[in-house]
Amino acid sequence: MTKENGKYLIEGDKGKWEVVIGLEVHAQVTSNSKLFSGSSTKFGAEPNTQVSLIDSAFPGMLPVINEFCIHQAIKTGLGLNAKINLSSVFDRKNYFYADLPQGYQISQYKNPIVGEGEITLDLPQGSKKIGIERLHLEQDAGKSIHDLDPSNTFVDLNRSGVALMEIVSKPDLRSPDEVNAYVKKLRSIMRYLGTCDGNMQEGSLRADVNVSVRKVGDRNLGTRCEIKNVNSIKFMQMAIAYEAKRQVELLESGKKVDQETRLFDTKKNETRSMRSKEDAHDYRYFPDPDLLPLNLDKNLIDKIKKGLPELPDQKKERFITEHKLTPYEANILVSEKEISDYFEEVVKKSDKKLAKNWIMGDLFASLNDKNISITDSPVTSSKMAQLIDCISSGVISGRTAKEVFEVMKESGEDPKKIIESKGLQQKSDPKELETIIDKIIFDNKDKVSQYKSGKEKLFGFFVGQVMKISGGKANPKLVNDILKQKLK
Amino acid sequence: MSDITKKSLTEIVRLVKKKEIKSEELTQSFIKNINNDKKLNSFITKCSEIALNNAKNFDENPKLDKLLPGIPIAVKDLFCTQGVTTTAGSKMLENFIPNYESTITKNLWNEGAFLLGKLNCDEYAMGSSNETSFFGNVMNPIAENTVPGGSSGGSASALAADLTPATIGTDTGGSIRQPASFTGTVGLKPTYGLCSRWGIVAFASSLDQAGPMTKTVEDCALMLEAMVGFDKKDSTSINRKKESYSKNLTENIKGLKIGIPKEYRVEGMSKEIDKLWKNGEKILKDSGVEILDISLPSTKYALPAYYIVAPAEASSNLARYDGVKYGFRSSKGNNLIEMYENTRSEGFGDEVKRRILIGTYVLSSGYYDAYYLKAQKVRQLIKNDFDQSFKKVDAILTPSTPSSAFKIGEKKNDPISMYLNDIFTVPVNLAGIPAISIPAGLDNNNYPLGLQLIGKPLDEQKLLNIAYAVEKKINFKQTLNRWWEK
Amino acid sequence: MSIDKKKIKHVSKLARISLDEKKIDSLTSDLSAIFKFIEQLNEINTDKIEPLSSILNEPLRSRKDEINDGKIREKILENSPKKNEEFFIVPKVIE
Repeated sequence: MTKENGKYLIEGDKGKWEVVIGLEVHAQVTSNSKLFSGSSTKFGAEPNTQVSLIDSAFPGMLPVINEFCIHQAIKTGLGLNAKINLSSVFDRKNYFYADLPQGYQISQYKNPIVGEGEITLDLPQGSKKIGIERLHLEQDAGKSIHDLDPSNTFVDLNRSGVALMEIVSKPDLRSPDEVNAYVKKLRSIMRYLGTCDGNMQEGSLRADVNVSVRKVGDRNLGTRCEIKNVNSIKFMQMAIAYEAKRQVELLESGKKVDQETRLFDTKKNETRSMRSKEDAHDYRYFPDPDLLPLNLDKNLIDKIKKGLPELPDQKKERFITEHKLTPYEANILVSEKEISDYFEEVVKKSDKKLAKNWIMGDLFASLNDKNISITDSPVTSSKMAQLIDCISSGVISGRTAKEVFEVMKESGEDPKKIIESKGLQQKSDPKELETIIDKIIFDNKDKVSQYKSGKEKLFGFFVGQVMKISGGKANPKLVNDILKQKLK
Repeated sequence: MSDITKKSLTEIVRLVKKKEIKSEELTQSFIKNINNDKKLNSFITKCSEIALNNAKNFDENPKLDKLLPGIPIAVKDLFCTQGVTTTAGSKMLENFIPNYESTITKNLWNEGAFLLGKLNCDEYAMGSSNETSFFGNVMNPIAENTVPGGSSGGSASALAADLTPATIGTDTGGSIRQPASFTGTVGLKPTYGLCSRWGIVAFASSLDQAGPMTKTVEDCALMLEAMVGFDKKDSTSINRKKESYSKNLTENIKGLKIGIPKEYRVEGMSKEIDKLWKNGEKILKDSGVEILDISLPSTKYALPAYYIVAPAEASSNLARYDGVKYGFRSSKGNNLIEMYENTRSEGFGDEVKRRILIGTYVLSSGYYDAYYLKAQKVRQLIKNDFDQSFKKVDAILTPSTPSSAFKIGEKKNDPISMYLNDIFTVPVNLAGIPAISIPAGLDNNNYPLGLQLIGKPLDEQKLLNIAYAVEKKINFKQTLNRWWEK
Repeated sequence: MSIDKKKIKHVSKLARISLDEKKIDSLTSDLSAIFKFIEQLNEINTDKIEPLSSILNEPLRSRKDEINDGKIREKILENSPKKNEEFFIVPKVIE
């Protein structure tokens, strides 16, 4: 942990408190079929249409594991710089709920597929390493729908049995901002790897947040509370802020914090205790006798490692050296694989500096405006590259380019076509410009003499005049050069 | 033709293949016996009409190259049969009609056989006397008001009374072998993983195995051949080439070595059992077999270990019976938890409840290490014992049960006494190895007693051969006076 | 290890089985006897033994990531004691 100044602290009545946060992220594995059955995992299907006899736990049904899900977990583990355990075990986690048809969830308890790892966060105060405790595979549960009927709950098992990776962090997070960075980084890594789409609205990524507080300087961990199933980063941050304050208030008034499971009420913006949960969740874990221990071959791990795509951290370093970006810029451009791919395609064919500015500036603004992703942008990478080329080669000025871009972002048209149809080509013929400039000089003799006698600001006036007469299309650099020469 | 229902399966198949009997006539004969039974209560569901239709269809287009051509077979009501009620002997599944077929029964139907009915069993296969079934007790054809053994009691009873030419059961702690011993029939528990568990109502996943129950060892080999096969839907199914057990059956067992484990000579064992055991030894010697004394030191801990592991797995396997997706749902209960609690309280019988509670307990926080983990360690010791012995011998000879069939109600109120029925059979399930029970003789009450042969993993052929040789020499014959028809 | 009524009640809650007082009494005595029997295991020393991890000496078999199941809603729902065309229906949980 790096020592930094921007620490997140709670100012209590009796002193300063630090928040200690650990996250258990549940990430839905990207795969065609479920972890132990051949039903589809596609989001948004009609209720109970992606359910097999196995998913609904009929008598005599048995699980058979999906090989691809195992590979996805290994990939993710490697992306977290974690140890892949060559031997792991699937355990049954026993409890009752309407959306848990087996009456147990197949999970991993003492022997998970992935062990310790770490990821690096890029924070304003500097970089910080967050430890990963473990990653394991488990079944997702179905959905209980409580609001379709006043006295009944409707159960949809489409999600029952979908593969989840549970990623447990070490309690290394210290603020809502760090949590934000952590989740985003985790999400980015998995999206780069293609192991989870990280779509929080569709529920592909959820987290249980463990929060405790301690006095600044205290090395011991306080009693923690678990806030379950928070499905957006914003809510995670709000929940942490509320919970930390609640715990500080309790402790400062001499009370104890009860170790319990809580829910975040998104309407009231507060956490509350889950009343109905069994007194002690005794999950009675034991190895699932319908499955055998999972033993992985080291060759498989090596093969998967070789096949990994370049991950955000490596890409960032490479962007800094290869494309001469600052760390800040590199961070932004590698945050999503689609963005980094776009950027690299653009710089292949055009000027790097212009590329980064245009992408991070105008392009991102247009995406935000329309609330679309870069892959849905009408301005494809090749069109972007074309536009930038037009600027570099002097066909249009930077200013004109903005005009062209306005059209491109709506219609997706080729910049060259737009420039032609609107006649926006820059005037770069020195003779033509000289003619215009000569006339301006002739028509403004008084200003010329004023400039020559020291009023340097008047240079802008002449430039302005050239632009006015040329309809804004004069090549600014040429104009500058010619004017300077003629006004000597 | 003399009573076809008294013939062995092998003989019946031969007659069908020689076209000396049609499937319809054959099936009618068994249906007649089923309908004449007033006391045994071995059937939960009779499928006479479907069976006759299948028989007629078979006769119109006989496929005589199959292993079980045109043979009607009743099966333990633990196998899910498509379109036919499958109850597991429980109120919980009283009206459950699966829309899928278990792999094992499908394998039988693929070999030309068809369903004759679903046979009574202890509830969820938990019991040793078929006295825990929601559908009532089953009687042993050897004498009125005696138990047939369990949990495959209905199967053994129907078989011994000629209500089905052969049948299949499941064996988790002895549920095939013990009823076979009690009824004077043959029962085999195969190596764990040889028979698919897909579509069988699960009791204890690491112990359950389906197996044949027949009148003769030859029949047993034939049924086993039809049943086995790799099933990719079962992660614990062994992938290996199928063997032709019946074709390769031989009584030539010269040169083999058989072990007699001293720990099976338990205190208070009756003289009759000891006599039959010694007789078995002698028969083997006369067949050119070498007898060796062996030791299986952890034997006495098998039963307590079993009564931790089996209930633990069962408590988890039976969690799915919650009234939500299928089966019984209680009408009482104002919320989900109450609905669960009432459904499971009303739907499960006493023995099942006992075992679920034991299982829940031994897995619970604070007790897992002392009970479940300990039992799994003992299980490893038991397996080690057998592995060690099998370095010296090809098979092991023991009695099947510590007594012959007892009276209905005699042991019902004493769970431990009931559990002790399985003392010789349970170690086999814990080690995952195959074992067969064959009738060895009669006790002083003229009740049958069985001898058990335990074999190496996947060594069923050798086991069957030894059993075949012994069976021939013993020449056990049982004539029952069909009192259940009166 | 004694089994008392309190433990039976706790375990029955975990197992979601309701028991009346009479049942609790009989189960307490049954289970006490059974546990006494089970406790024989304490006689044997298993310190150096690994628990049996799998009865089979086979690797865990896996399957390809193919969609070959589901789309059988009618079949899935047809056995349910309470359902409509789309969902299983259960009494509400009290949260």
